[in-house]
Amino acid sequence: MPGVRRLRDMPETVARPPVLSVTRLRKQYGDIVAVDGVSFDVGRNEIVGLLGPNGAGKTTVINMILGVLEPSSGSIAIEGIDVRSRRTEALAHTNFAAVYAPLPGNLTVAQNLRIFGLLYDVKDLSARADRLMDQFELRRFKDVRCGVLSSGEQTRVGLAKALLNAPTLLLLDEPTASLDPSAARDVRERIRQHAAEDAVGILWTSHNMYEVEEVCDRVLFLAHGKILLEGDPKRLPAEHGQKTLEDLFVAVAREPLAIEPR
Amino acid sequence: MTTTFVRRSGAIVLRQAYLMRGSVARLVPLFAWVAVDMVLWGFITRYLNDVSKAGLNFVATLLGAVLLWDFFSRVMQGVTTAFLEDVWSRNFLNLFATPLSIGEYLSGLIASSIATSSIGLAVMLVLATTIFGLSFFSYGILLVPFLALLFLFGIALGIAACAIVLWLGPASEWFVWPIPAVVAPFAGVFYPVSTLPPWMQIVARLLPPSAVFEDMRAIVLGRAVSILELCRGGGLAIAYLALACWFFTRVHRRAVRVGLIARYSAENLG
Repeated sequence: MPGVRRLRDMPETVARPPVLSVTRLRKQYGDIVAVDGVSFDVGRNEIVGLLGPNGAGKTTVINMILGVLEPSSGSIAIEGIDVRSRRTEALAHTNFAAVYAPLPGNLTVAQNLRIFGLLYDVKDLSARADRLMDQFELRRFKDVRCGVLSSGEQTRVGLAKALLNAPTLLLLDEPTASLDPSAARDVRERIRQHAAEDAVGILWTSHNMYEVEEVCDRVLFLAHGKILLEGDPKRLPAEHGQKTLEDLFVAVAREPLAIEPR
Repeated sequence: MTTTFVRRSGAIVLRQAYLMRGSVARLVPLFAWVAVDMVLWGFITRYLNDVSKAGLNFVATLLGAVLLWDFFSRVMQGVTTAFLEDVWSRNFLNLFATPLSIGEYLSGLIASSIATSSIGLAVMLVLATTIFGLSFFSYGILLVPFLALLFLFGIALGIAACAIVLWLGPASEWFVWPIPAVVAPFAGVFYPVSTLPPWMQIVARLLPPSAVFEDMRAIVLGRAVSILELCRGGGLAIAYLALACWFFTRVHRRAVRVGLIARYSAENLG
């Protein structure tokens, strides 16, 4: 696994636990099993793609990592800190951006960043917010209410908020879904740079397989709440007799039962 | 209290301040409706003083009661409105995915309510004293426990109302607004509790504000004030506050278990 290879290459990080460790995670609603015994790690400087068709359980997994959904069983540790028993401490190391969770539209960009900066207890908050507004080209929208921004601009505000506390675990649920190809490329580049420079682990969901192939070091294919495949997105299609990652995605989505869970 | 606790609770207060600053629709109701109440009841009490032969000062009894009850209602709505801002802006996922604890969140809602209800109280005091000659000095030092008791019970009901909305979904905010109107007949705001039928008197004794209004009338009529009743009311208010915090925490835990925090607009996933 590339994540393991990277850890081996960096002796100073070997002793540290993975940024995220998910063990036998399960979520059941009555008779419906949304997530069924999922286990995986995210290492430092590693971008892991969580792929799967709609309803596969990706967002359920992310919600459980964020502590807003209680697992039926299993455990989640962020920086070795158990999310269930030490929620506040664990969540201080993480942040997220998702298309379905825009920041309050009745507050300006600067106000939202200030409020979330206080919630994440960010030191030197004004300077940090200014830096992120510059980084995501939001300076001219500083005093504009988020609700009147375009969806692409709102996505950039969400990403700036996600980086406010310099999280070591970043959860990105379709982060480039509302961006034009040029803006999406910029965002991918920035996030990749962020992962490489700041020992950050990233869990990334996307339905854009070209993006996943370009960005992710490793992918996990989720279907019916189970991880069916795991590996390098560049090699995985060939290993399973498919030409592209998109072909593999379609094959997994249409016939998940043909593939044994890993 | 740690700096982190203050910063996180302060974030909730700051959010309210930002919203107030930028919105006339939020700012005006802080004082407009209580001002209307003061003017309306001020003239009613003035008229009653003119026509009544009983020699009773209706300004100190009725207008004082309206002022204290409006203060209680504003405290409660101060908590619920701050909470509903998160409902209206669908902010639960962003908010509860941060390290913010329930204690910090509730403290932020309470601090917001202190700020907003203080504005309403100040406006009411100015109008009631300058236009209608209501003197709060006539209540003496007991005004402090009166306000404290109503504040505690207002906070308790506000938190309980937030828990109900979190439990039943966004549409249940319509249960929240009439709560003061439902409680008022039992609390003996405008008449002695002894006026009520026996079963309503039992409910009244379980409501902390009844002690305030009974003692307020005793002061105006020159009768003995029951400090014991006031202490009982204070004890009840503290107990209700603890109960409301416990209730909110339980409802939040349930919401996390069933996935309602992440999909609140779905209203019910249980």
